[in-house]
Amino acid sequence: MSKSPRKAKITTDQKLKFYKDMLLIRRFEEKAGQLYGRGLIAGFCHLYIGQEAVVVGMQDCIGDGDQVVTGYRDHGHMLACGMDPDGVMAELTGREGGYSRGKGGSMHMFSREKNFFGGHGIVGAQVPIGTGLAFSNKYKETDRVCLTYFGDGATNQGQVYEAFNMASLWKLPVVYVIENNMYAMGTSVERHASETELFKRGISFEIEGMEVDGMDVMKVREAGMKAVEHARSGKGPMILEMKTYRYRGHSMSDPAKYRKREEVDDIRSHHDPIEGLKKQLIEAGEASEDDLKAIDKDIKAVVAKSVDFAQESPLPDPKELWTDVLIEAEGV
Amino acid sequence: MSVEIMMPALSPTMEEGTLSKWLVKEGDTVSSGDVIAEIETDKATMEVEAVDEGTIAKILVEAGTENVKVNSVIAMLAEEGEDADSVEAPSSQPTETKNYDDDAEAAPEVQDEVAEDAAGPKPDFKPSNDPEIPEGTSFKETTIRDALRDAMAEEMRRDESVFVMGEEVAQYQGAYKVTRGLLDEFGDKRVVDTPITEHGFAGLGVGAAFGKLKPIVEFMTFNFAMQAIDQIINSAAKTLYMSGGQMGCSIVFRGPNGAASRVGAQHSQDYSAWYAHVPGLKVVAPYDAADAKGLLKAAIRDPNPVVFLEHELLYGETFDVPDVEDWVLPIGKAKVRREGTDVTLVAHSRMVGFALEAAEQLAEAGISAEVIDLRSLRPLDTDTVVESVKKTNRLVCCEEGWRYMGVGAEIVATVIDEAFDYLDAPPARVHQADVPLPYAANLEALSLPGTEDIVKAAKAVCEGI
Repeated sequence: MSKSPRKAKITTDQKLKFYKDMLLIRRFEEKAGQLYGRGLIAGFCHLYIGQEAVVVGMQDCIGDGDQVVTGYRDHGHMLACGMDPDGVMAELTGREGGYSRGKGGSMHMFSREKNFFGGHGIVGAQVPIGTGLAFSNKYKETDRVCLTYFGDGATNQGQVYEAFNMASLWKLPVVYVIENNMYAMGTSVERHASETELFKRGISFEIEGMEVDGMDVMKVREAGMKAVEHARSGKGPMILEMKTYRYRGHSMSDPAKYRKREEVDDIRSHHDPIEGLKKQLIEAGEASEDDLKAIDKDIKAVVAKSVDFAQESPLPDPKELWTDVLIEAEGV
Repeated sequence: MSVEIMMPALSPTMEEGTLSKWLVKEGDTVSSGDVIAEIETDKATMEVEAVDEGTIAKILVEAGTENVKVNSVIAMLAEEGEDADSVEAPSSQPTETKNYDDDAEAAPEVQDEVAEDAAGPKPDFKPSNDPEIPEGTSFKETTIRDALRDAMAEEMRRDESVFVMGEEVAQYQGAYKVTRGLLDEFGDKRVVDTPITEHGFAGLGVGAAFGKLKPIVEFMTFNFAMQAIDQIINSAAKTLYMSGGQMGCSIVFRGPNGAASRVGAQHSQDYSAWYAHVPGLKVVAPYDAADAKGLLKAAIRDPNPVVFLEHELLYGETFDVPDVEDWVLPIGKAKVRREGTDVTLVAHSRMVGFALEAAEQLAEAGISAEVIDLRSLRPLDTDTVVESVKKTNRLVCCEEGWRYMGVGAEIVATVIDEAFDYLDAPPARVHQADVPLPYAANLEALSLPGTEDIVKAAKAVCEGI
């Protein structure tokens, strides 16, 4: 059912896949930002640019049937789960071809087929939900694991600790991935957290935590393998604090005045996850500039196609207003 | 000076209990804190401790005596230096728990009901007349508490994916003993004691439902579910819609709702209108045991999130439940509990009992009242209400909650939309006073609506007929 963790050395093909997956998220998000600027995407739109290594590295640690759930900065997670960029982009534009048929938007997308359980708009709400998915895995005696992502801001929500307590108490197969991008909206970790080393937030629940360089996909993967195996083997939850960074504002409407331009530039030029992997691949002779350019070209085409689809897909039929409120009960 | 040892009230709603065992005998000396007796309530066996030092002079109530009223003297304690043999039993025994003056003119009758029969009057209702029950069906006397338990047990036998979780549901057998016996039959995998962590376990339940299990989440009371209301509404109720129909969430949130007795404002609130407001939820609030069982079974099977509002003051009430193999009722259908021609009384949950009693009193005054038990608040069976009003031309809506933006407001608006020309008088509403529920017995009684309020409102709308 679930593939076992691959412990062998990472092959060039795998590295190229990471590169491709991260680049897809980057290009997709850049395009989403443009469409937002053109008024084709509305409302809240939280871009994942800068954090790509986290989901791409973690996704490589799980297999078929394992679940993923996250908050509202979710486009990257969906693409990493293998959801179709067309359907994601069309949801962003609120069209019939979107994953929620236009009724969810940026923050509320799901795919049962890909075991992606959202896309949740309330800060921290996904943490008990992911813990509940893990509960269902244990109840059904499967060996599946649920990856539950949340940001540094969510670590101050009470329900996160309620979930930690039950997950540890009942040894639920869940991996908590804290994506610490340094800012809870506009408030820096130093200004919002009494304990800024967020991987320690599970200590009083006896949940082991690890600090991980979330800008390095290989390091993410290495830590992820350990945590997923821990959860899968019945030892209960584990916390991974991914030190990461978002280049854009909290949402499209955020001018990000709370941090200096130089801070962003510094991370972008010295710690960019995609540039970092690119350098490794080239230096090790595993890929040439031209190889990587070809990948970029392919990805641009995939994203361009998704934009076309998202614009051509019709608005939802007005009768869709009334569907999906309740499931019709079949002969109770 | 001798001290009276009285039958203690061991829960907010306890009025009497069984004195199961004496652990002391006449002549024993006791000191403060010694366990002297065991008392059984409908919920638990409790120990009674001595509160004074002295010698047990007389035991006035034998071990094994049932229905011992709260506050009746069960033994006499001789204090130090006093001759135990000379201690006399008190001459008169209190017969009820009422401990306040009922001279408040505003609602004396209501006070009486609260004091004498906290669970409301027994309805004049013969289930054998219920059209939903086949001819010749036999009935079993069942408390609401056990009817709910039976519903859960039957559904858990039927479907492996059904489990119950909440505070004290397993080893303690339920704070209100609704889950009594489930742990023994189903084990701790399916009857799960949670920490006191409503927001967390409600969210965990939603996640488990997304994972295709069918959780029954018990809140010790719905007052505590306010901690979890974000998960109930934002996660359970809305996700199906937001996912374009992918993410069904089959889950039941259940527990006691509404006013208990003398527990103050934070533990006494009716959430009917709160939850009924939300699309994506179903909201059920039964009155009798047959409905409690049939509707809870339906709620568990329902593919949608269902908020199931029980009433603590009804848990111990006994009603007939049809003795049929699989008693399941449809959610969303009101029930005409009494037919009448002059006025329609609409109620749900505990208010149904008061409405039925009011109908009886109104009949004596020559007014024929029809009583509709809504049973479900979302969906709301407005057809049954509108049809009734077309016949009676008058409407009184009764709810335990506040009037502002309440269930009655919704029903009145619907009736005005759909049967305006049939109304012979402005509809009336009976409801809780627009204040947090007070603790003092007289003020509490003044706040809560009861039979007299309904009678008064019905007479007012019927003036002139």
